[in-house]
Amino acid sequence: MNVVATLVFVTLFVFITVLGFVSAHWKKGDMTHLHEWGLGGRRFGGWITWFLIGGDLYTAYTFIAVPALVFGAGALGFFAVPYTVVIYPLVFAILPRLWVVARKHNYVTASDFVAGRYNSPGLALAIAVTGIVATMPYIALQLVGIQVVIGGLGFPTGHGLIGDLPLIIAFVILAAFTYTSGLRAPASIAVVKDLLVYITIIAMIVIIPIKMGGFGHIFAAIPKDHLLLPPIKDGNTGMISFYTTLAFGSALALMLYPHATTAVLAAKGPNTLRRNWVFLPAYSFVLGLIAMLGYVAYAAGIDKLPELAPYFAQYKAQFAMPGLLLHFFPSWFVGVGFAAVAIGALVPAAIMSIAAANLFTRNIYKAYINPTCSVAQETSMAKLFSLVVKFGALLFILFLPMTYAIQLQLLGGILILQTFPAIVSGIYTRWFDSKALLLGWAIGLGWGVWAASLTGFQKSAYALHLGGMVIPAYIGLYALVLNFVVAIIANLVIRQLGMGNNTDATAAADYAG
Amino acid sequence: MDSNLTPRKLGLLQVILLAIPCIAVLVVPWFNRLEPSLFGIPFFYWWQLVWVPLSGVFIAIVYKMVVPSGSGD
Repeated sequence: MNVVATLVFVTLFVFITVLGFVSAHWKKGDMTHLHEWGLGGRRFGGWITWFLIGGDLYTAYTFIAVPALVFGAGALGFFAVPYTVVIYPLVFAILPRLWVVARKHNYVTASDFVAGRYNSPGLALAIAVTGIVATMPYIALQLVGIQVVIGGLGFPTGHGLIGDLPLIIAFVILAAFTYTSGLRAPASIAVVKDLLVYITIIAMIVIIPIKMGGFGHIFAAIPKDHLLLPPIKDGNTGMISFYTTLAFGSALALMLYPHATTAVLAAKGPNTLRRNWVFLPAYSFVLGLIAMLGYVAYAAGIDKLPELAPYFAQYKAQFAMPGLLLHFFPSWFVGVGFAAVAIGALVPAAIMSIAAANLFTRNIYKAYINPTCSVAQETSMAKLFSLVVKFGALLFILFLPMTYAIQLQLLGGILILQTFPAIVSGIYTRWFDSKALLLGWAIGLGWGVWAASLTGFQKSAYALHLGGMVIPAYIGLYALVLNFVVAIIANLVIRQLGMGNNTDATAAADYAG
Repeated sequence: MDSNLTPRKLGLLQVILLAIPCIAVLVVPWFNRLEPSLFGIPFFYWWQLVWVPLSGVFIAIVYKMVVPSGSGD
C-alpha cells in the first residue's frame, strides 16, 4: 500500500465529506421543498453553475475511459473532443428556453415539462423511465473510476468484501451527504473537485512531456495507423462516419441526460446559463489534454513496466492515466491526482442520483402512486429514492462484472437519445401529438436495442447498407432518425383523423427570456 | 421584465455562427491527416483542440448579439 498517497487521499476525502454535510446550510432554503433539495432552490450563480455543470458532465469515468480508449484504440478515442465542442452551441440555442418555462411552472424534471406541454402523463412516464434506466449504469460507472484509483493506492479491489471496503465507505459517505444536503452538496464539492482535476491534469500535461522530450517525441512513437482514422475505402465510410456520428450523437444524448437537466435547471437564470456556455469549453480543452495522455502512456510503454504490469493485468487500458501518475510523480501528488478522480466520481454520482430521484418522485410516485402527496412527502420520497438508486448501483458494481456496467452505459446513451423528439421539439413547437411521440420513442428504442444486440452489446456501431454504400454509424443516431420519421408520419395520420390532443399547460410567452 | 431587456430569439445569422464550430469538428475526412503538424502534434489533433476555445468565442459573439446588457440573470 502506498502510505503517503493514501494519507493525502484520505485527508482530501474527509475534507469534502465535511464540506458535503455543511453545504446543507449554504444559501439556506426550506429543504422540505423538492426544488430546494433537488435543484438547490434554483439559486446558483455563474461561478457555481460553471463548477456544477463541469463537475457533472466531465465525470471521473471520463478521466479514466478517454485516455484508456486513446491508449488502446488511438484516434477514435479523440471523439470526446468534437463531442464536447458540439454540445455548447447546441445547448445555447435550446436549454435557456427550457429553464424559463420550467421556472414559470415549477418543473423540476424534463418529464414534468413533457407532462405539462403534451398533457400526457403516459409520455412523461416513458421519458422518466428512460431517464432512470439510462442513469443507473452511469452511476455504476462512476464507481468503476473510484475502484481503479483505490486499486492504484494498493488496496486489493475486486477480491471479496474486505477489498471492496474503501469503495463501500466512499459510497456510504456519498449517500449520506446527498440525503441531507441535496444538490447543494455536489455543487460545493464540485469546486474542490474541479480545482484538483485542473491541478492534476495541467501538471501531467506539462511535466510528463518535458520528461519525455516533448510532444514531437511522443507522437513520433505512435504507429501511423493509430494516429489517424482509416480513410473511406470501397464505398465503406468505416470509422470516419462512426467517429462523426458518435461525436454528434453523444452530444445530443448528453444534453438529454437527467443529471444535465438537473444542473441546468439549478442555475439562477437563463443568462447565467448562456454565459456559462461561453466558458464551459475550458473543460473540453482539459478533456482534450486528458485524451492525449493516452498517447503519452503509449509512448512511455507504461503497461510494460514491471511495477505497473499487475495493475494493467487487472484494469487493462483503464490504468493508463493512473499509471502515468504513479510512474512520473511523487507519492503525495499521486494522492492528489487519485483524490481528483475519486471526488470527481462522487459529484456526478450525487447529481445523477438526485436527478433519478426527482424523476421517480415527480413523474412516477406523484403522477401514479400518490397524487395527493404533500410537498414534504414528495421531498422525503425523493431523498429515499436517491438512496435506493445509489444502493442499486453499489450492488451492481460489487456483484456483477465491470464490463456489464460499461455495456449498459453504452445502451443507456442509445436509450436516452430517444427522448429527443419529445423534449427538444417540445421546447419549440406543439406540432407533435403525444401519441405520435410515444410511438416514435417505442420504435426508436426497440430498434436501437436490437441493433446493439447484434454486436452482443459490445459496440455502439451499426453498418447501414444503402445504395451500394456501407455506412457504419452510431446506433443511437440511426435510432433517433427512425424515431423522428415514425413520429412525423404518425402525427400526420393522427391529425388527419382528428385524433390529436392539443391541450397545453404552457403558453408561447412562457418560453421567452 | 422590461421587454427591451428580454434576450432576442436566434436569427439565421446566429444559428450559422453557432453551427460553424460544430461543422469544423465534424468534417472528419477533411482533417483526418498528419500534416501540417504544430509543435509535433499532428493536424488531426491540434485542429480539433483549437476549435474548443474558438467555439467559446463564437458563442460569446452570439451572446453579445442576443442578450442586451442589463438583462439580468
